[in-house]
Amino acid sequence: MADALPLQNPNATTAEIAQSLRDIRERKKRRANLLRHLFLIICSFVMVYPLLWLLASSLKPDAEIFGNLSLWPTNFDWANYSEGWNALVVSFTQFFWNSTLITVLAVIGNVISASFTAYAFARLEFAGKNFWFALMMMTLMIPYHIVLIPQYILFLKMGWVDTYLPLIVPRFLATDAFFIFLMVQFFRQLPRELDEAAMIDGCSPFKIYWAIILPLSVPAMATAAIFSFIGIWQDFLPPLVYLNDVKDYTVPLALRMFSSQDSVSLYGPMFAMSVLSIIPIFFFFVVFQRLIVQGIAMSGLK
Amino acid sequence: MAGVSLNSVIKRYGMVEAIHGIDLEVNDGEFLVLVGPSGCGKSTLLRMIAGLEEITDGTISIGGRIVNDVPAAQRDLSMVFQSYALYPHMDVHKNLAFGLTNLKMPKPEIKRRVEEAARILQIGDLMHRKPRQLSGGQKQRVAIGRAIVREPQLFLFDEPLSNLDAELRVQMRVELAGLYTRLGTTMIYVTHDQTEAMTMATRIAVLSEGNLEQLGTPYELYNFPQNRFVATFIGSPKMNMLDVHASGGGVDLEDFGRLDLNTAVPDGPLVVGIRPGQLILGEGGDVSTGGEISLVEYLGSEMFVHVRLASGRVMMVQAPGNSRHQIGDQVRLGIHRTEAHYFDANGLRVPLFDDRASN
Ligand SMILES: Nc1ncnc2c1ncn2[C@@H]1O[C@H](COP(=O)(O)OP(=O)(O)OP(=O)(O)O)[C@@H](O)[C@H]1O
Ligand SMILES: [Mg+2]
Repeated sequence: MADALPLQNPNATTAEIAQSLRDIRERKKRRANLLRHLFLIICSFVMVYPLLWLLASSLKPDAEIFGNLSLWPTNFDWANYSEGWNALVVSFTQFFWNSTLITVLAVIGNVISASFTAYAFARLEFAGKNFWFALMMMTLMIPYHIVLIPQYILFLKMGWVDTYLPLIVPRFLATDAFFIFLMVQFFRQLPRELDEAAMIDGCSPFKIYWAIILPLSVPAMATAAIFSFIGIWQDFLPPLVYLNDVKDYTVPLALRMFSSQDSVSLYGPMFAMSVLSIIPIFFFFVVFQRLIVQGIAMSGLK
Repeated sequence: MAGVSLNSVIKRYGMVEAIHGIDLEVNDGEFLVLVGPSGCGKSTLLRMIAGLEEITDGTISIGGRIVNDVPAAQRDLSMVFQSYALYPHMDVHKNLAFGLTNLKMPKPEIKRRVEEAARILQIGDLMHRKPRQLSGGQKQRVAIGRAIVREPQLFLFDEPLSNLDAELRVQMRVELAGLYTRLGTTMIYVTHDQTEAMTMATRIAVLSEGNLEQLGTPYELYNFPQNRFVATFIGSPKMNMLDVHASGGGVDLEDFGRLDLNTAVPDGPLVVGIRPGQLILGEGGDVSTGGEISLVEYLGSEMFVHVRLASGRVMMVQAPGNSRHQIGDQVRLGIHRTEAHYFDANGLRVPLFDDRASN
């Protein structure tokens, strides 16, 4: 007690007083920190609650899912996973493979084609550049549901319905204006003198794109890759429209099959498969998000 | 090595004309400096020579070959940019070798040239660093290195030293001059720093608002400026300019009185220009007047004295650093007619004493 009150103690040295003041400030700071963290933890809990619920439910028997409100399963039941994997006419091995194939190709297509197009808009001169750019930006404002039917008819006439082509080929044709816009903005802030130095160093426009612009745009590429991966992996409507055969289904379509209207829904297995369907997104995000940070540090433009 | 010749070169950006028909002959092996105030078109001119900017009209030839439609890479030149423009994702070695690899040069030859450049510029220790790990001066060396490995017939520099601090700038200036002596390649160098221009150039081209004002050696520009613009632009501090009226072979100077020129000079308005170093502080000169010192700028080896004359006009005079002048002192100022420069109503030089000025 004595050392806690050197302020009132007439015999205390200045060093002791300073120390006790410092202690008080330290304690106050710690309390403020604690409160802030508590608040943040509550907020994050509210946000991840659905995910936690999903995870918990995937480990509970069907009866317990809606009966027991506790997040913690009474006993960990992994049966939902093994059951869910083979619960449908076609196994989830097939669905995951389908989704992976489509997503990987589509992401590659998106990144390559968007960066190509963006390079043209950001660096090259061609007739009607501003007009085409405005037109491209306008496509951002058209809801997918409006193009859905004309597009379907187009692909039907081409004989592409019931194949993966409508889901993949357009991605190689720079149809996603958002990513193009993102990259145009990024390319524009790269100094033009780099292009010019490269030009004098004997680079063609393509070589400038390939050897200078692209390596310096890793953060933009990674951002585009993450967003398009998430978007395409979760995509529901286009696969629903273009794929008719169950063995061609993607994971989201397969998950939909669990909750059918005319039979009893298998909630446990559905939740289990939902959990699995999130994992690739999680890993993809972790890996590529690091590229964004690394890329910014590496290029060291500023 | 190659000479460069510009033939009524015009550059328009949309409706605005940035370069108004410039004729310029750069000799083989010359160090030509382009100077002029900001926005006068120095960079534009240089970039047109480099092939980074289209030529609206006229022709540019390098080494006798018209290059109007030749892409930058095939003009056999190197350029050093103000911002250095080093490739941030490549280390120093790659930065140097990049252009040579593009030329599909054999590996041993690339190695030889890169090592040679590294030796000349003393950047051998930096080979595996990225540009962001280099200081400004080191970046500058690498940028110059990237230019010299190509062993081009023409070097272009766009204000390469303007991002460096004063001390480093002086050092790099000396090194660049040394590099020029060593390589003997034609160089075209843009700057708005006239010390750089005067010290490094074999000839200087002074530009103003897209026009070539004068082309000449530093000596010619300083001693025989062909017009008012060059007279005030070259030389620091600025030349004193007196607007006068010539009549009967002489001029009536405010404050100083009548100065007989003793040669035939047409009657009419005239401008008399006199550099601070050529004014006489104290008794002497063909005409003189009294004034009061209003400001003294002391630089150590010399000082610039501002003298207010009776009319209120302030003239600047250069004085040795060891002289004693103070604000408020009464002094006398004198002018020798042969030390002055004369310009007519259009601002063009009237060559009155040019044959005598060199003594
Ligand atoms: N891309 C462009 N579009 C329109 N006008 C331009 C463009 N580039 C340059 N100009 C104009 O041309 C003129 C010359 O510009 P330039 O860059 O050659 O000047 P500078 O002499 O290099 O100046 P500084 O010393 O500031 O670098 C300026 O008036 C400038 O505004
Ligand atoms: Mg410039």
